[in-house]
Amino acid sequence: MIDLDVVTLSRLQFALTAMFHFIFVPLTLGLAFLLAIMESVYVMTGKDIWRRMTMFWGKLFGINFAVGVATGVVMEFQFGMNWSYYSHYVGDIFGAPLAVEGLMAFFMEATFIGLFFFGWNRLSKVAHLIVTWLVAIGANFSALWILIANGWMQNPVGAYFNPHTMRMEMNDFAAVIFNPVAQAKFVHTVSSGYVLASIFVLGVSAWYVLRGRHIELARRSMVVAASFGLAGSLSVVVLGDESGYLSTEHQQMKIAAMESMWETEPAPANFNVIAIPNQEARRNDFALEIPWAMGIIGTRSLTTPMLGINDLVEHAKIRIAHGIDAYNALQVLRADKTDTQAQAVFDEYWKDLGYALLLKRYVEDLNEATDAHIAQAAWDTVPQVAPLFWTFRIMVALGFYFIGFFIVAFYLAAKDRLTVSPRFLKLAVFTIPLPWIAVECGWFVAEFGRQPWIIEGVLPTYYAASGLSVADLAISLAIFIGLYSVLALLGIKVMLHAVRQGPDEDPKSPANDFAASAVAAK
Amino acid sequence: MESLILFDYDTMRHIWWLLLGVLLIAFTVMDGADLGVAMLLPFVAKTDDERRVLYNVIGPVWEGNQVWLILAGGVVFAAWPLLYAMSFSGFYLAMMLLLVALILRPVAIKYRSKLTSVKWRQNWDITWCLTGFVAALVFGVAIGNVMLGVPFRFEPDTLRPVYEGSFFGLFQPFALLCGVLSIAMMLLQGAVVLGWKTEGDVARLSKRWAVWSGIAVIVLFVIGGVWIASAVTGYVMDTNLIPANEASNPLLDAKAISAQAGAWMNIYSATPLAWIAPVLGVVGAVLAMALVGRGGLTAVVMSSLSIAGVILTFGFSTYPFLLPSSLEPGASLTIFDASASHFTLWVMLLITAVFLPLIIAYTSWVYRVMRGKVTAETVNDAPHAY
Repeated sequence: MIDLDVVTLSRLQFALTAMFHFIFVPLTLGLAFLLAIMESVYVMTGKDIWRRMTMFWGKLFGINFAVGVATGVVMEFQFGMNWSYYSHYVGDIFGAPLAVEGLMAFFMEATFIGLFFFGWNRLSKVAHLIVTWLVAIGANFSALWILIANGWMQNPVGAYFNPHTMRMEMNDFAAVIFNPVAQAKFVHTVSSGYVLASIFVLGVSAWYVLRGRHIELARRSMVVAASFGLAGSLSVVVLGDESGYLSTEHQQMKIAAMESMWETEPAPANFNVIAIPNQEARRNDFALEIPWAMGIIGTRSLTTPMLGINDLVEHAKIRIAHGIDAYNALQVLRADKTDTQAQAVFDEYWKDLGYALLLKRYVEDLNEATDAHIAQAAWDTVPQVAPLFWTFRIMVALGFYFIGFFIVAFYLAAKDRLTVSPRFLKLAVFTIPLPWIAVECGWFVAEFGRQPWIIEGVLPTYYAASGLSVADLAISLAIFIGLYSVLALLGIKVMLHAVRQGPDEDPKSPANDFAASAVAAK
Repeated sequence: MESLILFDYDTMRHIWWLLLGVLLIAFTVMDGADLGVAMLLPFVAKTDDERRVLYNVIGPVWEGNQVWLILAGGVVFAAWPLLYAMSFSGFYLAMMLLLVALILRPVAIKYRSKLTSVKWRQNWDITWCLTGFVAALVFGVAIGNVMLGVPFRFEPDTLRPVYEGSFFGLFQPFALLCGVLSIAMMLLQGAVVLGWKTEGDVARLSKRWAVWSGIAVIVLFVIGGVWIASAVTGYVMDTNLIPANEASNPLLDAKAISAQAGAWMNIYSATPLAWIAPVLGVVGAVLAMALVGRGGLTAVVMSSLSIAGVILTFGFSTYPFLLPSSLEPGASLTIFDASASHFTLWVMLLITAVFLPLIIAYTSWVYRVMRGKVTAETVNDAPHAY
């Protein structure tokens, strides 16, 4: 019925476009606030160097923003193109935050970004500053709505299944917005953007200082980035911990897989620092453990047990059995909406309907499902452990490294020694690519860790794909790979050119007419 | 929650049908102008300075303008999930073509003037111009296919969308006519905007192009109308059979749909007032041509009214259909059976009622701040010009 090759290729394509998209987005999230901060200093002090800083980093912001938008359109369209059954099944809920994102946030950001660039000579200082802040707020609100949508995929609240339309429908918008998973993810994600942008600004500035260029501009940029980055890196870890805690509540399988925790351990569980997961044998071939740590992080208590993968699979078997009951009741209800007995069964078990759909991969008629089928489907609920285990650890290790890095940066900034520590400056340059690795690992953990679900517990990924052909996917994937490779190369070329060219040092530059005219106006 | 909703389900569906039209019109008026300017690049700008003038006419506004498309995508997803699922997956490769254009366009605009190499700029100029033609063509072809009907059905048990057409099947003569009409409309819109925002040779050539593309709009639109009346198979639904405020399910038992040649013209005999739309489409284009010589905003307004007229003509003709199925007419998507839930439509309406006026207000403010002609001097003076 569903071509699994198409599903695999569709997943690959979505992963590719999402990860490419997220090369550009976090930099704009963080850089927008850094621009707003720099320009605020300019407006308050009137020192021209802060205006030139804003304009220079703004130029790099603009180069990124354009590609971020272009790839964002791809993300939006792909739900309908590659995941048409998903779009039907949950569009009633998932579509709303996407539309609101456009209405409330993205329109604001995209409209004012034009004025940010073209308004320097046309707006008063304060009006231009407001425009810059609106861009920053718009960018971050945009992230909020996207993460509300994504949070719903992780923890689908505020909705129920309507047998007469064969889809999930929203019944509580507030629950969707204030979904705790979405809120934690939002702060965690935008903070990671602040860290990434701060490291970018610090690294590029450090490179200038090492080359002996634009020292004054670089020094000030580093001070701003060091403070902003320190706050951001602390927030990332705190909210990352909150996300982990919430996952224990809503996505137990994801957390168990991230920790490679096969057996339920007596509370409080141990934390595997390093392990060699063996998916086939369903155990770890080797593990280095810290006693109690996992139980404390995951449940914030010493007595609540955390379920291991093997026990969670047993739970899944029960939910599949309930799901079959819900599925049968659904068929009755679709034929006769007045059947109260079927309605009662459905009301009891509809939340397990998604588990029954896991079986569709093996049997067309669910009533023919054998225990072996159910066991197979239940084991499908376990994501690939090893990649999750390791990407999660890379992300966390980098997160702690960033805190250390920013503490040093902040200390040096406070002592005004940032520009005279060549060792730190070199470190800063080499740190530039690391936050990108961390954020990509983060999304990998979030999305790969949710498998086999596209909507946790509600809709299996394989069941959500469009009925396309392998040829369709081969063509589109080839186009994306080709296009993205070219764009990545050209993007790097243009960015490097802009960085090498550096900020505008010429005080006679036409941009300064703005400052002059502002003075003249007074 | 349901008791707090002011409008009944069917009323809400009509409101969202109108809002979809508003978004399509807004997109074509705003972003259509940017696509038109891109298409006009090789025809009205001869020197690098002139080409930069074109980039900078749209420079401060194109990023905001393209959000109309993103918003339209989001609104179709949220308000008409089945339409979104069916059309985006069915037109898969055509959507890819559109995406390639939409990915390359921002990059072309942003990167083009960052380096000074002649070759670099030339390549991006060609790219930018082509993205305009491709995007405009695909939009028109898509609309043409909606009018022709699309070969799709739904699996009865799951409502899984199944599309049975092919990529080349989308490019039938009538659909191509719609594609070329779309190009002409956006060329006209781009030309009147250039007539308004530029001076000298660029303005002179743009005004000439406005006249030619205006004539093309009228001729193609009239040919399309005759074609629809005589040879295109339209669809008719007996709405009286549909129970009021029914749950959204396109496989409704009560649905009675028939295919008839010329049926897309029925509305104009049933409701003569609907003639306003096609008349507006033609008169707007005529007035745009007549007024473009003055170089003011009025020609832009007239061209925009023409766009509104053409899109409303499409909407009125196909009402209440969103996407007719040529394979199984009974599976056609209509506004009565393809909408989101009553509650979602209501929540979305409240949010739209607050934010749409705000968007219009700040967009207008941006245009006001950026008022005045764009010339080689203003481009060279602006610190961040393209």
